[in-house]
Amino acid sequence: MMYKLQLNNVVKTFGENIICDRINISARSGELVCLIGASGAGKSTLLRCINLLETIDDGEIILDGQDIAEPGLDPQPIRAKVGIVFQSFNLFPHMDAISNVMLAPRRVHKKTRAQLLEEITGLFERFGLKDQMYKYPDQLSGGQQQRVAIVRALAMKPEVMLLDEITSALDPQLVGEVLEVLFTLKDEGMTILMATHEMNFAKKAADKICFLKNGQVLEEGTPDWIFGPDAKQETKSFLSSF
Amino acid sequence: MEAFKVNVMIFAWSAPAIAVLGLLVALARSVHSPALFPLKVFSAIFTDVFRGVPVILTVYLIGFGIPGLGLPRPWNSPYIWGSVALVLTYSAYVAEIFRSGIESVHKSQRAAALSLGLTEQQAMRDVVLPQAVRNVMPSQMNMLIALQKDVSLLSFIGPVEIFRQAGVFKSLLANFTPYVGAALIFLAITVPATRYADYLMARQNRERQ
Repeated sequence: MMYKLQLNNVVKTFGENIICDRINISARSGELVCLIGASGAGKSTLLRCINLLETIDDGEIILDGQDIAEPGLDPQPIRAKVGIVFQSFNLFPHMDAISNVMLAPRRVHKKTRAQLLEEITGLFERFGLKDQMYKYPDQLSGGQQQRVAIVRALAMKPEVMLLDEITSALDPQLVGEVLEVLFTLKDEGMTILMATHEMNFAKKAADKICFLKNGQVLEEGTPDWIFGPDAKQETKSFLSSF
Repeated sequence: MEAFKVNVMIFAWSAPAIAVLGLLVALARSVHSPALFPLKVFSAIFTDVFRGVPVILTVYLIGFGIPGLGLPRPWNSPYIWGSVALVLTYSAYVAEIFRSGIESVHKSQRAAALSLGLTEQQAMRDVVLPQAVRNVMPSQMNMLIALQKDVSLLSFIGPVEIFRQAGVFKSLLANFTPYVGAALIFLAITVPATRYADYLMARQNRERQ
């Protein structure tokens, strides 16, 4: 079976520092793959590379059989297919929630606000945000802001979602509402690559977990394997810190 | 009062021109594309030159220099070239303020816009610029106030604006009252404008808390 997303020997350096060191990760359509590892292991940079916010130095990033990291490719249509949600939400503070969500479909898909209204309202409803549509980001709680950020990415109808530690900046009591959203997405068949420190979530929801250390995938496997007795010693010692 | 109208007129056509040129120069300095690098260099030189030369010198150089090339009427008008001198000088300052505004917008905002599939230009226009302009509005108000006063410098190259008119009256009446009058007229405009700039700044600080 063909992979939806496949990283082959991806290398990314910043000056002398090797951030991603020949990383191989693959995800089938509808799979949820969790990237775990200490801060600085290269998880965020890897996700930014897949969204083409960073250019890789070597290797391939294959999306639906096409190498999207090939130099000279127009990144815009690819980014529209690969949504990313950031740790710090990055909502646009000068726009209300609905304008945040509508901006990209209006500009990229050339739709009008009227054309989008029904569909976007539906998205807000689905994620329990209907009352928040016309509020500005600073009037929303962290959890609400992060859900708006997820809705904003979903409004582009991406085929793959990249989630970069999206619950790390939230108060513990707000984490649950965001993770709920992820269960919904997974049930709907979205392919998700997610950097996370939420080990319980990874254990429950992931199809595959990759443990990264020093820019390399040290071990990958099902949650049962990674959290099981046969995982590598380094994986175990990382997990024991939670 | 007729003379003060000249001030207002020069101000009224210079201010929008400064805003547009200043913004263009700031955008040119903020481009990421390597193909536009020459534009970036040109705008850097522009700001260096016009910020580096005293306003009065630019007014003399352009206000006297260019009409001195023997241009036919009405193109030798000191109104035109005096205004051009002000526009060039003030654009350099305004551009730097806009640029600081653009840089004050966190780069994650641009990244978020690009990640959604927007182009560089769309990210700048829809996401970065509205925030940047808002951030620097109080500083730009101050530039407007300074411009309103610096219009007087054009009196040295010809236009009879309020400062010069006051000078004429001073000679006629042999006392300094006309200058005091001129100063009061300036204050009548600049004090409310300054208060408004303060109000904008205070409002912005409140919003950021």
